[in-house]
Amino acid sequence: MRTDRLIRVALPTGTVIAFLLIWTLYVRTADVSAFILPTPWQIIMAFVDLVSDASVWRHALVTVIEAVSGFLIAVFLGVTLGMAMARVQMLEWAFKPFIVCLQLIPKIALAPLFILWFGFGLESKIVIAAALAFFPVFSNALVAFRSVEPGDRDVFTMLQANPVQRFTMLDLPTALPVVLAGVEVAVVMSMIGAIVGEFIGGNEGLGYLAVAMLQELQVPGLFAVIVLLTLIGLTLYTLISQLRAWLTPWHSSVAGRENTA
Amino acid sequence: MKMETEADIRLAGVGKTFGSGANAVRAIGDATLDMQRGDFISLLGPSGCGKTTLLRIIAGLERPTEGEILVRGRAVWEGGKRSGEATRPVSMMFQEARLFPWFTVAENVALPLRLQGVAKAEREARSHALCETVGLKGFEAMRPSALSGGMRQRASLARALITKPQVLLLDEPFGALDAMTRDTLNMELMSVCAEARVTTILVTHSITEAAFLSDRVVVLAARPARITEVIEMPFERPRTLDLQRTTAFQDMLVRLRSSLTGGH
Repeated sequence: MRTDRLIRVALPTGTVIAFLLIWTLYVRTADVSAFILPTPWQIIMAFVDLVSDASVWRHALVTVIEAVSGFLIAVFLGVTLGMAMARVQMLEWAFKPFIVCLQLIPKIALAPLFILWFGFGLESKIVIAAALAFFPVFSNALVAFRSVEPGDRDVFTMLQANPVQRFTMLDLPTALPVVLAGVEVAVVMSMIGAIVGEFIGGNEGLGYLAVAMLQELQVPGLFAVIVLLTLIGLTLYTLISQLRAWLTPWHSSVAGRENTA
Repeated sequence: MKMETEADIRLAGVGKTFGSGANAVRAIGDATLDMQRGDFISLLGPSGCGKTTLLRIIAGLERPTEGEILVRGRAVWEGGKRSGEATRPVSMMFQEARLFPWFTVAENVALPLRLQGVAKAEREARSHALCETVGLKGFEAMRPSALSGGMRQRASLARALITKPQVLLLDEPFGALDAMTRDTLNMELMSVCAEARVTTILVTHSITEAAFLSDRVVVLAARPARITEVIEMPFERPRTLDLQRTTAFQDMLVRLRSSLTGGH
C-alpha cells in the first residue's frame, strides 16, 4: 500500500523531470534559437517576470471574466433548453434542423462575426465563449433528462409522487452526473472562446497579451502567458470537478476517483 | 351479495389490445377474478401470456382497453385516467430492486413516507425499524450499490411495506436471485403477508414458487393471452419448506404443469 503510493508520486515526478531535462539538453546541444524554443528555465524566469508585473493581472482578470461569464450563460441556456427539449418532444422536432446545423458549424469560424456584431470589448468575447461552451452542456442535458428509466418512473407513479417531487428526487439526480460532465467540458471550451476572441480583436486579456508578445518576438514571454493560461484553466476545471464530487457523491465517476486517490 | 362487498380486488372482463386493425396484438383478454382480503394468488404462465401486463393494469401503470378493476370498491381506471385514490393502498415490487443511488438504503426505504410528507424523525424511525425486520440492520447508511442482489431486494421489499399497504403486487421480484436466497425471501414474504393480512398478487413463471406461496394459482396461456384455469392450493398455513417434499405438493406441481401445457 505505502510503496504503491510512493510509486504513484515518484513516477509522474520522474517523467516530468526527465522531460524538462531532455528539452534543455536538446535546446543546448542543437543550438536552437531562443526565438524558436526557449529552455524551461528561461520560461520559468519569464513567468516570474510576467506575474510580478501588475498589468498582467488586469489582463488575466479580463480573460477570466469573459470566460466565466460566457460559461455561466452557456450553462444556463444549455441546461434550460436541453431540459425543455427533453420534456417536450415537439420542441426537439421543431428545432432539430437548427441544432444539427449549429452543431456542424465550427463555432470558432463565427468568432469574427461576433466581433463585427458585438464590438471589440468584453461582450463579443463573452458571446464567443458562450457559443463554444453551449453545445457540450446542451447536448448532455438533452440526453441526461431523457435517460430516466421507465421502471424508475413506475416506482414514483406507484408512490403517488407529485410533479415537483418527481423532478427533484428522480429527474434531477438522474440527469445531474451527465449534465455535470458536459459542464466540465464547457469550462474548457469557454477559456478557448475567450482567448480566440482576444486573438482576433481587442486590446485586453491574456490572448491579446500572447499576440503582443509574439509581435515583439518575446518567445519566453509567450510561453509564460501560455503557462498562466494553463494554470487559470486548471483552477476553473478543478473547481467544477469539486462541485461535481460534492453534488453527485454517489456517481461512479466520483466514487471511482475516491477509490484511486 | 356479501361476497361482492367483501371483494378486495375485482377484475371484471379486463383486456388489453396493443395497436389496432390488422396490427393489433392482444396482450390479455377477458380476465375475471375476485380476491378477498389476505388472499395470496399467483399469476402463472409462459412468457408472452400477458401476466406482467395484467399486473401492471391492476397497478394502474398500464391502461386496459376493456373491462374494469376495482380495489376495495374503487375503480383503478376512471375515464381512462389512473385513480390515485384507488391505488393508494397498493404497493408494488418490480423485477429489479429499483433503488435510487442518490439515497442511502434507509432513505430508499423511507422514500414513500417522504413523498407523503411524513416528518423526518418519524420516517427515519420507521425505516430503521423495518430495515431490522427484513434483515438489513447495519446496512442502513450504505448506498444501494454496496448491497448484494438479495439485500437490494430486501430493501425494495421494505420500501413496498413501509406504507403498510393493503394490496401488494409482485412482478417476479426474486426471479434474478439464487435458489437459496429466493427460498429465504419467499418464506419471509409469506410470513409478512400473512401477519398483516395483505392481499397479494405474484407474477411468476416458477411452478414451485406459485404452488408454495399461493392460496390460488391463476394459470394463463399465450396466443391468445387469457386465463385458462384457477386452481386452489389446499395446503395448510403456516407452510414450511418441508411442504415441498410431500407427495401432495409434488402431485400439485404435476397438475399445474399439465394445466400450463394445456393437456390433462
